[in-house]
Amino acid sequence: MPEVNMSVNLAGMTMKNPVVVASGTFGFGREYGEFFDLSELGGICAKGLTLHRREGNPAPRIAETPMGILNSVGLQNPGVDAFIEEELPFLRQYDVKVIANISGNTPEEYGIMCEKLAGAGVDMIEVNISCPNVKAGGLAYGTRPELAAEVTKMAKSHAGNVPVMVKLSPNVTDVTEIARAVEEAGADALSLINTLRGMRIDINTDRPVLKMNTGGLSGPAVLPVAVRMVWEVANAVKVPILGMGGVAKGEDAAQLMLAGATAVAVGTSLFADPYAAIKVRDGLEAIAARKGLANVSDLTGGVKPW
Amino acid sequence: MKVERKCKIVEKTRIGDAIYMVLEAGDMVRSSFKGPGQFVHIKCGEGLLLRRPISVCTCAMAEPQDLVSIVFEVRGEGTQWIAEREVGEELDVLGLAGNGFAIKSDGRYLLVGGGIGIPPMLGCAQFARSTAVLGGRSADKIILKDQFEDICGKVLVATDDGSMGHHGFVDALVRQELEQDKNYDGVLACGPKPMLRNVAKVAEEFGVACLVSMEERMGCGVGACLVCACDMADGSRKHVCKNGPVFDAREVDWNA
Repeated sequence: MPEVNMSVNLAGMTMKNPVVVASGTFGFGREYGEFFDLSELGGICAKGLTLHRREGNPAPRIAETPMGILNSVGLQNPGVDAFIEEELPFLRQYDVKVIANISGNTPEEYGIMCEKLAGAGVDMIEVNISCPNVKAGGLAYGTRPELAAEVTKMAKSHAGNVPVMVKLSPNVTDVTEIARAVEEAGADALSLINTLRGMRIDINTDRPVLKMNTGGLSGPAVLPVAVRMVWEVANAVKVPILGMGGVAKGEDAAQLMLAGATAVAVGTSLFADPYAAIKVRDGLEAIAARKGLANVSDLTGGVKPW
Repeated sequence: MKVERKCKIVEKTRIGDAIYMVLEAGDMVRSSFKGPGQFVHIKCGEGLLLRRPISVCTCAMAEPQDLVSIVFEVRGEGTQWIAEREVGEELDVLGLAGNGFAIKSDGRYLLVGGGIGIPPMLGCAQFARSTAVLGGRSADKIILKDQFEDICGKVLVATDDGSMGHHGFVDALVRQELEQDKNYDGVLACGPKPMLRNVAKVAEEFGVACLVSMEERMGCGVGACLVCACDMADGSRKHVCKNGPVFDAREVDWNA
């Protein structure tokens, strides 16, 4: 079979392949770096950062559901400065794009973090306006177009030349409304979907399994929602999309790309298989080869709707 | 360096309500052993997304393959799936994970195991001269007693219902032992959190170091997803899979 060119260009950031690991599932790379060479990946979305250190929510923070998991970690992280000093140099040893993920309590906090990260030289900044597990900011910004736009503008104006990607929440009536608003506000790319809000109850104790009662659903259960939303957003905006949600194999990634994603992220499936992202990359390459494509990027937007 | 590999089940027996399995683990012990008290993270078929963390009972570097023994109870779908696997079948195992108990080989320890927390203490017993205190709801929950008797100088038992040994909780026996014998280098404990809290309190009273193995619902098992949070006395949250499962009892917030 002919060789497939696996490289993709996500808002000016060239990756050697379209497979990224999703924020919050990969820490800052050190743990899975014990299993494989991080340079095998296209990019790493680092664990979500806040301006100051956060300890996150009380445990239990995870519940298993049919083909999915609920989590309520609540953005536990060492803070943006500690990331720049202690984690970024580690990630920089590898030939892999580093995407910092940020959440703020106010638009100003997003601006401060963007300035610090742009100065430190990350390859892209993913602006999280869709975390379902924090009270202030987080999801609120992601469900109101005017707030999402305000945060995007603030991030863009402080990020210098570093491309800004805005991560969208699926917990909205019309995802294209938010997508258009952040594109208009200057977003260079969009990533979706974040987790869907969900709940599991232990019928023996009548208590929710999660200490926070509700959490965010991820895993194969959400893949069809992700494919649908990527497709809707791809039809509504011109900026490139990083698609994610339940990707566990090459076929899943190919679906997201056909729906309109330029690149894909692997997350929850890493917990069962540390090599999941590598397998997704290889599976995607095999699919592109089978289709006779010269470039994996030829998949993007290739869906033929009825 | 952690390993993820297929491990063949070479032995399986029922002990009380628990299941004992021995796994052929390749070079897993050689490459990732850090001390007794580590765990293995086992995949439970294709339908369940999360692995299940199971404490290592004993492990050995061996030829041609390292051996790891585990003891677990069926608590839900995942452990049910593992329990249904038979000798000759393979399990997808990630390990050895976590930090394990820091033990001096010339040390002398008081080992405290409660219920399904008993097995990992057997691994500790192999490393140093020890006294074992085993606890459970009733006599049938006191597992591996013979094995402890083979290697420990003394084995004490407490049951909640008085059906074996002391009628009551293990912390009473820990107190009795620490009163009589001032030469312990530490108390090492694994079991339910209320038991650990009480044991830690007694150890602190006597000024003896105490290490405890904590449990929490886990995701990745390697420290990347941050779900298995353990509240610490300084207000921070550490992670059972990576920073633990063994913690210094003084670091843990027992009121959380």
